Amino acid sequence: MIHSLFLINCSGDIFLEKHWKSVVSQSVCDYFFEAQEKAIDVENVPPVISTPHHYLISIYRDKIFFVSVIQTEVPPLFVIEFLHRVADTFQDYFGECSETAIKDNVVIVYELLEEMLDNGFPLATESNILKELIKPPTILRSVVNSITGSSNVGDTLPTGQLSNIPWRRAGVKYTNNEAYFDVIEEIDAIIDKSGSTVFAEIQGVIDSCIKLSGMPDLSLSFMNPRLLDDVSFHPCIRFKRWESERVLSFIPPDGNFRLISYRVSSQNLVAIPVYVKHMISFKENTSSGRFDVTIGPKQNMGKTVEGVVMTVHMPKAVLNMNLTATQGSYTFDPVTKVLTWDVGKITPQKLPNLKGIVNLQSGAPKPEENPSLNIQFKIQQLAISGLKVNRLDMYGEKYKPFKGSSFVSDGEQEPKSLSSQNFT
Amino acid sequence: GLPSVAFHLCGSSQDLNEDLKQMLESSKDSAKLDAMKRIVGMIAKGKNASELFPAVVKNVASKNIEIKKLVYVYLMRYAEEQQDLALLSISTFQRALKDPNQLIRASALRVLSSIRVPIIVPIMMLAIKEASSDLSPYVRKNAAHAIQKLYSLDPDQKEMLIEVIEKLLKDRSTLVAGSVVMAFEEVCPDRIDLIHKNYRKLCNLLVDVEEWGQVVIIHMLTRYARTQFVSPWKVMVDEYSENNFYESDEEQKEKDQKLKTTYTMDPDHRLLLRNTKPLLQSRNAAVVMAVAQLYWHLAPKSEAGIVSKSLVRLLRSNREVQYIVLQNIATMSIQRKGMFEPYLKSFYVRSTDPTMIKTLKLEILTNLANEANISTLLREFQTYVKSQDKQFAAATIQAIGRCATNITEVTDTCLNGLVCLLSNRDEIVVAESVVVIKKLLQTQPAHHGEIIKHMAKLLDNITVPVARASILWLIGEYCERVPKIAPDVLRKTAKSFTNEDDLVKLQILNLGAKLYLTNSKQTKLLTQYVLNLGKYDQSYDIRDRTRFIRQLIVPNEKSGALSKYAKKIFLAQKPAPLLESPFKDRDHFQLGTLSHTLNSRATGYLELSDWPEVAPDPSVRNVDVAKEWTGILGKPKKEKPTEKFYSESEEEEDESASTSSSGKCLESTAFSLPGKLCLQNCLVHK
Repeated sequence: MIHSLFLINCSGDIFLEKHWKSVVSQSVCDYFFEAQEKAIDVENVPPVISTPHHYLISIYRDKIFFVSVIQTEVPPLFVIEFLHRVADTFQDYFGECSETAIKDNVVIVYELLEEMLDNGFPLATESNILKELIKPPTILRSVVNSITGSSNVGDTLPTGQLSNIPWRRAGVKYTNNEAYFDVIEEIDAIIDKSGSTVFAEIQGVIDSCIKLSGMPDLSLSFMNPRLLDDVSFHPCIRFKRWESERVLSFIPPDGNFRLISYRVSSQNLVAIPVYVKHMISFKENTSSGRFDVTIGPKQNMGKTVEGVVMTVHMPKAVLNMNLTATQGSYTFDPVTKVLTWDVGKITPQKLPNLKGIVNLQSGAPKPEENPSLNIQFKIQQLAISGLKVNRLDMYGEKYKPFKGSSFVSDGEQEPKSLSSQNFT
Repeated sequence: GLPSVAFHLCGSSQDLNEDLKQMLESSKDSAKLDAMKRIVGMIAKGKNASELFPAVVKNVASKNIEIKKLVYVYLMRYAEEQQDLALLSISTFQRALKDPNQLIRASALRVLSSIRVPIIVPIMMLAIKEASSDLSPYVRKNAAHAIQKLYSLDPDQKEMLIEVIEKLLKDRSTLVAGSVVMAFEEVCPDRIDLIHKNYRKLCNLLVDVEEWGQVVIIHMLTRYARTQFVSPWKVMVDEYSENNFYESDEEQKEKDQKLKTTYTMDPDHRLLLRNTKPLLQSRNAAVVMAVAQLYWHLAPKSEAGIVSKSLVRLLRSNREVQYIVLQNIATMSIQRKGMFEPYLKSFYVRSTDPTMIKTLKLEILTNLANEANISTLLREFQTYVKSQDKQFAAATIQAIGRCATNITEVTDTCLNGLVCLLSNRDEIVVAESVVVIKKLLQTQPAHHGEIIKHMAKLLDNITVPVARASILWLIGEYCERVPKIAPDVLRKTAKSFTNEDDLVKLQILNLGAKLYLTNSKQTKLLTQYVLNLGKYDQSYDIRDRTRFIRQLIVPNEKSGALSKYAKKIFLAQKPAPLLESPFKDRDHFQLGTLSHTLNSRATGYLELSDWPEVAPDPSVRNVDVAKEWTGILGKPKKEKPTEKFYSESEEEEDESASTSSSGKCLESTAFSLPGKLCLQNCLVHK
């Protein structure tokens, strides 16, 4: 399936290559570079490229292109999903998936790639198993290794791979047994000029950090499971229990993992917890315009809205912006024309405001469309959908675990101009 | 000077290699390990390290597990180039294949089969055969992988390898299933007969197989089902009659009558649909897509809709996943709009989407447009036209054109909207509108003199060649509707002829010819002037065209009978261009495949066959229960891994219900244990 992999940085250097079958020359990447040149930006490089003898399937992650070489028919998503899994694993091992991290740990990277794929077919992709095979680097270990000559490669053999619970390693022991669940929800909304919602939905995930000894068998139930309209599961969850009882029943992997992701049905009306007042105008025949935006909270059940960041893609004709923020700080990148305003926390008593002058290129026509505003925010301890955890039970082990859950709501709003109205 | 520099560089790499060789021969493991790490670093960068082969291969039997692993990495990379030396390592692997530890056996088999040295083919074959009956399912899994490697090294081994595949297909371990089906697909995808007896088992194991194996098995079973079951679609034919336009109505009716009375779904067909459905909730996009394509190609049309929600969910994923999923939805939405209509708003474009994603969403929105939602959609499209991304704005104008032709109620609205865009400040928008208006007018040229006049005026300002050419063509084609303007346009363009793009020059010539035929009194001289300019043009295309036109329209003794028909030739009724989706008919490729994405047959693409008219004998899938029993009982205890870990389902249909599944036991005992704790103190730890 996957023949070879090339890692390429933004300046077009191939800084790592790995072949699982016979060697494919680096020159195959020229087809990729050609496609990259044609694309307006990195985001628009087509993920699938056909060349005379091979097919190239690539992903772009953390400023690195992962370009895989394929020779025969394969579901493209299979390869894409696998490449992302590789990037996730690097992230997991090195704390970041960057060119430097990969170059610094090239031996571990190679060992990982060797274990993850055999003859182009995925072999071990679960982090629990990989960590038993190849230990992640730590400063202490690398010092010890260099003195004693001992290795990163596990000398005990992984048991998970041999069992039917391939995601969990055996013999896990903790003195403090803990289980944490983070419910993170994201509202995704499009709002028109008059402030009415064109489209809104809530996407949520439950990320878990489970540090429990032995083979715990957990079941997590919700007060209102019907809210979850469409759910996708980590492979550890038993489908049948969910289908019959709406209970999440599973033997968890050890450590951090994403338990479920879900969508809340659009029938449940979504109340958007912030509002925006805005006035952006460009005067005809002058090379300037006015910009005035205020953000305020609404209906958030007494919780503070924090981590507010507004990003605006300004029209190309904008040269620079001269603004004053009553709160937080703003930056304007004259190359990408992106205005970022880091607002921070919203206090209802004093609403954050950003206003000032927009300078346009002289002679440039007045931008015909006002930009859309993207607003991101966070609300702690509140799941915007109203999802509530009922209880967590543990079977199979006798200790009492420490359990915790947290709720965070993230928002992403994209108001935009509609038809003849000038702005949202 | 240069030569000395070159020499120096060369020397240094020599020195480096000498250093590494010494380290590899050192007695200390730490030095060896260090050397191997540096060598792997070289390989990773694509540097040649083949010279070190003899020094490296000596360490293949090292006791240090990391050194050994890195030597393996090296061997797999260079053995093909250094076959003789590679043979030195073989005995080590042969010994390891007999190791009591299953992981050592497995890794020995992996490396042995990855060394691409033809001379060891018999050794590999023997190793694979032995490993395929190993007690450890993990070793058997590796044997399945080795099958493909040996096959690509020596295709002559095919027959023997098929025997191994046949044996491994019978394997009951979830660990082996995906890998052996993968081998089946590469070595002998046409041997459908090998699947019969294993079909039900594969269906039942599916939920418990790892994600990657699920994808491969689902694709294979889709192909299998299309050869073994009869179509569930004919019954529903009334709803989707457009798919059967090539059959005459009466024939169709007769057929329906017959089928309606006889069709019942084969229970095995149903089994496959039922057992793949829960996988729509997999976190792996490839698995979800695989199930979606299975439902598209196999399920009754009324059931295929259940996949939409999951596909829409995938749109929240990264851009690469979105790209592939949107392509597949585009294909589906042409044939069965109903599947995605409820999710219309999920395809609304965001300003932050990359252009390729925007264009695909636009494609889908256009496919979903109907009388009910068109007004909402057109309003949305108006926003898109204003986008700063001009390529996307142009695509939107094309989309408006398509909506206008598909939905007759809005043709005029769309046309007016497009005419408004003609006064847009952006030239690309105007040009694209001209091109689309041209196509629209051609489909209904009834009374659009006004629009043509409007466009003639634009000619003074527009510079984009395609747009200029389109306007000229329009005026020429409908010159009788604008008798006053047309000759004037010719006059103006005759002046600018020499500075025009080739595309525009050709249309000026066309316009001249058409006017000469309809209104020669006013335009004879002008046309001749243009023809003279064309005669001496730099481009031979234009010179050619000029000669051709002159012969046709200006009769002389040399011109034959054709010139009599000049008017009929130039002003014939031309068929209107069809504005259709580039995704039309793409579903003759199995959805979710590389071939579908590229819209061309990829190497190794396996065709999905048409449903058989009559189902082949279903009893081939029956499994002899008694025989299975003794088989299971005969195996040692270790052989029964904790299968059926969480799929308590469907076992009643499979004789495997009788195999003790310890997973189930574990669960039932678990319930009796105490230790329930309420989760009351919700803790924030973020």
